[in-house]
Amino acid sequence: MAMNTNTPINTSPCYHCGDTADNSIQVEEKSFCCNGCKQVYLLLNENNLCNYYELDKTPGIKAMGKFVSEKFAYLEDADVIKKLVQFNSDLQINVTFLLPQMHCSSCIFLLENLHRIDPGIITSQSNFQKKEVFIVFNPQLISLRKVVELLAFIGYEPEISLQDTVKKNKTGFNKMQIYKIGVAGFCFANIMMLSFPEYFASGNIELHGLKTTFIWLNLALSLPVLFFSATGFFESAYKSIRQKYLNIDTPIALAIVVTYARSYYEIIGGTGAGYLDSGTGIVFFMLVGRWFQNRTYDSLSFDRDYRSYFPLGVTIIQNKEELNIPVTKLKTGDHILLRNEEMVPADAILLKGEASIDYSFVSGENTPVKKQSGDLIYAGGKQLGSTIELEVVKDVSQSYITQLWNNEVFTHTKNVDKSYIHPWSKYFTLGLFSVAAIAVAYWWVNDPSKILPALTSVLIVACPCSLLLTATFTYGNMLRVFGKNKMFLKNSSVIETLARIDSIVFDKTGTITNHRGTSISFVGNVLDEKEKWLIKNAARQSSHPLSKMIYSWAGTTEGDSVLVEDFHEYAGSGLTARIDQSTVSIGSAAFISKGVQTNLPTDTGTHAYVAINNQTLGKFEFGNLYRQELAPAIQELLKDNYTIHLLSGDNNREKPNLEKLFGKRVPLLFQQSPQEKLDYVKGLQADRKKVLMVGDGLNDAGALMQSDTGISVSDNTGRFSPACDAILDGAEVHKIGKFLAFARSGKKIITAVFILSILYNIVGLSFAVQAKLAPVVAAILMPASTISIILITFLLTYWTARNKGL
Amino acid sequence: MSALFVLIGISILVAASFLAAFLWSVRTGQYDDDYTPSVRMLFDDTPKESEPKSVNSNQTK
Repeated sequence: MAMNTNTPINTSPCYHCGDTADNSIQVEEKSFCCNGCKQVYLLLNENNLCNYYELDKTPGIKAMGKFVSEKFAYLEDADVIKKLVQFNSDLQINVTFLLPQMHCSSCIFLLENLHRIDPGIITSQSNFQKKEVFIVFNPQLISLRKVVELLAFIGYEPEISLQDTVKKNKTGFNKMQIYKIGVAGFCFANIMMLSFPEYFASGNIELHGLKTTFIWLNLALSLPVLFFSATGFFESAYKSIRQKYLNIDTPIALAIVVTYARSYYEIIGGTGAGYLDSGTGIVFFMLVGRWFQNRTYDSLSFDRDYRSYFPLGVTIIQNKEELNIPVTKLKTGDHILLRNEEMVPADAILLKGEASIDYSFVSGENTPVKKQSGDLIYAGGKQLGSTIELEVVKDVSQSYITQLWNNEVFTHTKNVDKSYIHPWSKYFTLGLFSVAAIAVAYWWVNDPSKILPALTSVLIVACPCSLLLTATFTYGNMLRVFGKNKMFLKNSSVIETLARIDSIVFDKTGTITNHRGTSISFVGNVLDEKEKWLIKNAARQSSHPLSKMIYSWAGTTEGDSVLVEDFHEYAGSGLTARIDQSTVSIGSAAFISKGVQTNLPTDTGTHAYVAINNQTLGKFEFGNLYRQELAPAIQELLKDNYTIHLLSGDNNREKPNLEKLFGKRVPLLFQQSPQEKLDYVKGLQADRKKVLMVGDGLNDAGALMQSDTGISVSDNTGRFSPACDAILDGAEVHKIGKFLAFARSGKKIITAVFILSILYNIVGLSFAVQAKLAPVVAAILMPASTISIILITFLLTYWTARNKGL
Repeated sequence: MSALFVLIGISILVAASFLAAFLWSVRTGQYDDDYTPSVRMLFDDTPKESEPKSVNSNQTK
């Protein structure tokens, strides 16, 4: 764990995970940081899988030690198994797990050799990009639970959530779309080739019936495009007409129909070759554009809700027996057992035990709260310390934090089809129809025989596909630029909403503070090695987050690990331990004061005093670790006239530091509940503000959903992130101003290229209204405009991105 | 000139076979994962004969 310790890093890293090694834990001259890592190494070594360590240096994932053995007990429930597995028979079960920890080729090696660790596993195949592993195992030799436990043991604990189990079958990758592109491309290329003689052979092909053969072949080749590849446009146009709303697919569908109708009319009537090459080309390029724009991020999930965070299984006490049930079967009145680090699945009342609840998930407050028996504990809190017994008072879905999801914001989807292209396409269509009407009126007077050719030519050549292509390719390129900067957008319409943002709401924890949240420093006497060693070994015994930080602060110290005698932890106050004839106490001011019999000052902020043999040595101070790069970025945003707000579920002890970062003008709100955050965003929107919410975790989920654009910040993109429009890597938060500027320039790029495509249209229309649109002109104009538009959008997007510093 | 008819027939057949190959490769999922197989092929097949180095396996069967 890369804490900001002052101790130098040991030269030999843990052979397994690369963390600082503890020289006392060694096997065959290889040092490990902890016994967990050593155990994993031994297991791999025993099964001859040490190639794992040769493919990449220190590939392992720090072992979390022995997980609570009952953690995966719910995987023995038949209903859960049924939901998780894809195929189930007596001799074979197929299952796919999501493993966000997968990070290198060693991971692939290990995960594909699971059958060598346990013969019950028949095969396993990993998909690195989706971070998935597909496992086939024999249920008579190994159970699903054991498979998951094995994965968790070697460091790849699968991400199993209720939500994933609910909708497993939906694949993001639409193969039908690819088939349509393939067929359209094949037909387009062949029609193009067969049309060339017609354009350039100056009459010779009339002989031997070559010309008619080519034309009829073209007709045959165009049929699959019309009846298979282009169906999406027709469906979409039909839907929009039924809803009395003109979307961009309507004029496109019209253009396709007119092109084909006129071509078939000419071919069957024997009067010409038609415009089948242009017609199929349009379909092909537009399908490619859509595919390019809709490329999504396989391993990311943008629509998680509380179900992804909550435990899947829970231990209940029934007739004095412990029983594991899936959380979905939990009822009011059940008595549940909660062990260290386990999450409360539903609002409950404490019956027995010392509860120290970490509500960081719910409120952002990361100091644990002590609870007395009889107190209400909200769902989403995490128990730290000993096992407690609770009585459930509300259903999972009716609990305090989950109630947020009953809010109506979660019932409708946002960012669907309100693109600013659609109004443009309306004007385009209207303009097109007026040009057509004028041409018809002109020929009515001058030469009625040319009415039909002129009208159809206008509709063929002035296809709005260039407009659609401009948008799809610009957005496709922009999504890639965002992705390269570790900002992963859910879809391209998020770019448009980003461009309209004028207010930004930040959440404190995890967003402007580091994910690890806190810094640690020691104030007091200079500690010698022996004292450090004592503190380290005392802190090691405790699972309290502050103890863990002290332990990693101590880093490597001289001396062996020893057996700690007489260790006591007092929830909410501190710990004492007897090591090597010294008594070490770490804890709150009041706790240490009792021992040393002096009154230590209780000041604000989080701290822990340390005393050895009743001598106070000093205290550890824990402060929030702010992302330093953020300060100039925020000033930049304020200069650009964005209004900024800060919401925090935490108390206001950090106010002075935050004011330093944000300045005095920014409203800072503390102790905000998830519902209050949502309401705050709603309030801003009522003032006609376009709100960007930047947050992380469950406690912001409502606000993220309510906002116009919700960005979820994550220090590890494989981690859970709540429902949002974009996922942003924590290290890149300071680029937020650049992202917004880039999104705004997207509209400019589209406008510029659109003007260009209108110029092409004017050229084409000038032929069309004179009823002189030869197929060859259409055949040249169409690909020329398409390809130049694709190139220009590409160049403009990347040039703008470089200009904005992305 | 009549040779052209044959040639055009052949050219379309060739192109169609490419299309069929493309559709087949998409259908069988060859584009689903374009990274893992490139790594997988680099792994050596370590012989299976080797006896476990330590006997007391705590691995559950």
